[in-house]
Amino acid sequence: MARQAFPWLAYALLLALAPLLLPGSMALALLSQIGIAIIACLALNMLLGQGGMLSFGHAVYAGLGAYAAVHLLRALGGGSIALPVSLVPLAGGLAGMAAAALLGLLCVRRAGMPFAMITLGLGELVWAAAQMFPQWFGGEAGVAADRVVGAPVLGISYGPAWQVYALIAIYAFACTAAMYFYTRTPAGRMLNAVRDNPARAASLGCSPAALRYQAFVFSGFFMGVSGGLGVLHFEIVTTEVLGTTRSGMLLLFTVLGGTAAFAGPILGAVLMVLCSVLLSELTRAWLLYMGAVFVFMLLLAPGGLASLGPALRARLQQVPLRYWGGLLPALAGLAGAAALVLGSAVVLVEMGYHRQLSSALGPVRVLAGWPLDTSQATPWVVGLALLAAGLVLLRWAHRRLCSRWQAACAAAAGKGAPR
Amino acid sequence: MDTAYLLISLLNGLSLGLLLFMLASGLTLIFSLMGVLNFAHASFYMLGAYLGWQISQWLGFWAALLLAPLALGLAGAWCEQVLLRRVHRHGHVPELLLTFGLGLLIVEAVQLVWGRQPMPFEPPAALAGPLLGLLDTPQGLQWAWGSGPAACGSEGVGPCWQFPAFRAFAMLLSVVVLALLAALLKFSRAGLVIQAATTHPQAVQVLGHDVPRVTMWVFGIGTALAGLAGVVGGALRVTEPTMALSVGATVFAVIVIGGLGSLGGAFVAAVALGLLESLATASSARLGDLLPFSGAGGAVGGQALQPLLGLRLSQVAAVLPYLVLVAVLVFRPRGLFGKREG
Repeated sequence: MARQAFPWLAYALLLALAPLLLPGSMALALLSQIGIAIIACLALNMLLGQGGMLSFGHAVYAGLGAYAAVHLLRALGGGSIALPVSLVPLAGGLAGMAAAALLGLLCVRRAGMPFAMITLGLGELVWAAAQMFPQWFGGEAGVAADRVVGAPVLGISYGPAWQVYALIAIYAFACTAAMYFYTRTPAGRMLNAVRDNPARAASLGCSPAALRYQAFVFSGFFMGVSGGLGVLHFEIVTTEVLGTTRSGMLLLFTVLGGTAAFAGPILGAVLMVLCSVLLSELTRAWLLYMGAVFVFMLLLAPGGLASLGPALRARLQQVPLRYWGGLLPALAGLAGAAALVLGSAVVLVEMGYHRQLSSALGPVRVLAGWPLDTSQATPWVVGLALLAAGLVLLRWAHRRLCSRWQAACAAAAGKGAPR
Repeated sequence: MDTAYLLISLLNGLSLGLLLFMLASGLTLIFSLMGVLNFAHASFYMLGAYLGWQISQWLGFWAALLLAPLALGLAGAWCEQVLLRRVHRHGHVPELLLTFGLGLLIVEAVQLVWGRQPMPFEPPAALAGPLLGLLDTPQGLQWAWGSGPAACGSEGVGPCWQFPAFRAFAMLLSVVVLALLAALLKFSRAGLVIQAATTHPQAVQVLGHDVPRVTMWVFGIGTALAGLAGVVGGALRVTEPTMALSVGATVFAVIVIGGLGSLGGAFVAAVALGLLESLATASSARLGDLLPFSGAGGAVGGQALQPLLGLRLSQVAAVLPYLVLVAVLVFRPRGLFGKREG
């Protein structure tokens, strides 16, 4: 029992103490966005990880929830309805749920490829339709609302940002717990069975489509909640929240975090906010980097970040730590070669982006205090040469590590590793 | 809408439909052989357009028309062999995600190399002018090759509608390429192996054919078709960073509507969507005009639905492919020509 309660206690403490550990309004805004993203990524993973359904248009449910929340907030401001602002995200959730209940009827009949394409089509449909109705969706400018409306309930007005963070943290914890609980229910278990083998699950007497539909509707609810919380945080909604780009980002980072482990999407959500807010400040090429990281992750560790720990543990079981001494030089060589490839690639990409997008600022791109003149041939030639050398070195270091690893395996097996 | 305008819109729709089918055919081929939808397909289309523009700057348009698809085909074959095959054993979802990531990467890399401005990709000088012109006169429809009937532009006649020569060339090219593709699949030995590999890969492997190699080449042919569509589409429409996203979603709608894995279905769906989009864009009607009660009785519900009924058909054109998609899914979930499940 204590073993099971510990991660939850740690999660709650982390959510509660994070603003104290990272003071400042910027950090608070980041943390709020992380909380919102956690709910969205976990909700997406309800389908992807638990149900094997790849949804390409999932931002739609968060977006529609956000629009419902923002219109409700405006109505609250107008005084026509009275409701505590704390419940606005729930209204967003109900809207997302209703949208999922309607659109889900079209997608859940088949999983796999058709599901992915149909959700993509529906996402495009909703997004394009939203552009046509600026009266309701606000068009490019969006719909704005003030979150400080109505009489404060228990002294909570949502004027200060920390109150919003507190609400987001509470919602994030409750939603995480609810979604975890769902994976433990018989329905959640059957959903896993439907993911792994729909024909066998059907022969057990359950309807795969009905189970998928249930998960789809629940997922829509949590997406809507995250959309509603987003409204309280940003106080504005634009049609961008419905778009394919948003859906793609959610998917990319959920997979990056890891879909097999329940906590994987939480990692992904943290990474998503850090990258889209901080990395995008540092470089305009951040999407290129994220795409590259995503492709490499799929090639090398399809289980995502969350699978790296178990993979390392498996390696340690195969070759205990005391045999790793011989591996260290090879590992260091691989790391060095990878750093060389990465560094030269980043230099080239940054110079390329600078030449394309910021040439008005002059030809010099300053990278980590190091001026690079993109109009000269030298930095390009040197960069390309370093990249080529790095690739050759990487290949060599990888071969060396492989042979050392096999030697270590043989040594561990020969000397009789524990167990 | 007068007859001349209608005819021109129909021709435009047909050319758009054929372009869509050139994309959809590659996608369908890849899907039926690998069971995986190539999300990077539209990105290859975009890369084809940019590469085509670049080559046309160096060597001229005709070289671009030949070399860009060739380069794209090789790149596609490389992607299949080096990237996709590696995740194949993990199942379809990682493969799909990989093509998604690849598509994102290509779109970003294209912007890295060519920037975010639209490219001035123009048809070659030989095909720059109009092929024929149509004119509605009180005596009936008149037409002539070149810029149109002699009466064009004179007083008292309606507008003169022209059909660009390059558009006609694009249609011709699509038809020729697709006929060649059909012939390859139907009559050549390689085509028979490909067809067999889509349904019975193990049996084909046992018979001594290298199925992974076949898969690689089919992926290459599919991306080469996307590249060809990119060169033609880039010169015909626009060459800009959002072209992948806008075309991609429509092409995916096409192959779902046609039935996943069905080339014939993709053809029908592509031409239908092309015609639909072109006619809707050309129309000046509002949604309310299409309803039977749009007269006096329409005022009852009209007030609440005004934002909807007041929309012009040309504004709705962007969502039409997806509306058709939803309608098809409701009434025929496997698509027009798709095979029944199970």
